[in-house]
Amino acid sequence: MIANYGYKDGSGEYYISIDTDKCIGCTAGRACLTGCPKGMFEIITDDYDDEVAAVKQSFRRTLAFDCTGCKPAGGYTSLPCSTACTPGAIKHSW
Amino acid sequence: MITAGIDMGSRTVKVVFLEELKVDGAPQLRWGVKGKHIMFPDDLDADQAADKAFEDALKGAGLTRDQVTKVVATGAGRKQVKFATSDVTEVGAGARGAVFMCPEAKTVVDVGAEEGRGVKANAEGKVVDFAGNEKCAAGAGAFAESMSRALQLSLKDFGEASLRSDKTIPMNAQCTVFAESEVVSLIHSATPKEDIAKAVLDAVASRVCAMVRRVGIEDEVILIGGMVHNPGFVQSLKGALGVDKVHLPDMPEYISALGAALIATDGDA
Repeated sequence: MIANYGYKDGSGEYYISIDTDKCIGCTAGRACLTGCPKGMFEIITDDYDDEVAAVKQSFRRTLAFDCTGCKPAGGYTSLPCSTACTPGAIKHSW
Repeated sequence: MITAGIDMGSRTVKVVFLEELKVDGAPQLRWGVKGKHIMFPDDLDADQAADKAFEDALKGAGLTRDQVTKVVATGAGRKQVKFATSDVTEVGAGARGAVFMCPEAKTVVDVGAEEGRGVKANAEGKVVDFAGNEKCAAGAGAFAESMSRALQLSLKDFGEASLRSDKTIPMNAQCTVFAESEVVSLIHSATPKEDIAKAVLDAVASRVCAMVRRVGIEDEVILIGGMVHNPGFVQSLKGALGVDKVHLPDMPEYISALGAALIATDGDA
């Protein structure tokens, strides 16, 4: 399942997409939990009883601001969360 | 066996009971709706509202609590349903209920009071992809309700009024608060109410459609949630989605509760 957490507002679309199929039997040792400097990820049991990563509820409305530390104005080449997730489950829409 | 699904929405509480049907020959549905009930909680606390809605629903269906084998809760307030056996997200419940009602549709558009979302489901009603809007109320029923108040129209008249307009007035504000000031400006410039109503519903449809595009729009789409009762919104959304087959179930506001009751039957939750 692709889970899109985030929102669209007047300034743009801010979604973090997690391919939860890649979380099942995670080969990165749940590195997303420590990879994000803000600790935005958590492991939840989804509706199908799989343990998968998700963006914590408290961050879902403020992604544009919470992720700015890793996305300086001069551009970025890699993000700590998507780099830590070696199975490639985490993607940003912006 | 009888199971129940209870959908604790932000404006209403919905309860659906499912009973196992005797199947003499295939293909037939194995489960049928035994009873359904909707309640506006008003000033009740969420846990009291859940209890009252469930008791009223039992009474309406002529059932006792002992007869209900399993209760699965869903919706924004699902954790408040203390008597539930388990809970499931509104995304999972909506997809399951929608595919049960309309197996051909794999794209589910759910617009309730607080939130709109797009879901792609597989043939079993399991979620493949979903997107919602965690921040903005401008793509949900509460926004339409607030704008109908600004126009001094009932929600029913608001939806019907928009059908009488063929004008397209863009609403640029993404935020409910700013959108309301746009509506006030339109009122002051003597724009007919039906044109404003259409502008508001076009704006809601456009925001919902943006979310649905994230998950992909299949050939057949099913709309669920209370906003399906608004004919103006349905027309605007059909135009925005640009698909030929849009299914409108008979009881759109109950589909998530139905999905929760179905999940209770197969022990998914």
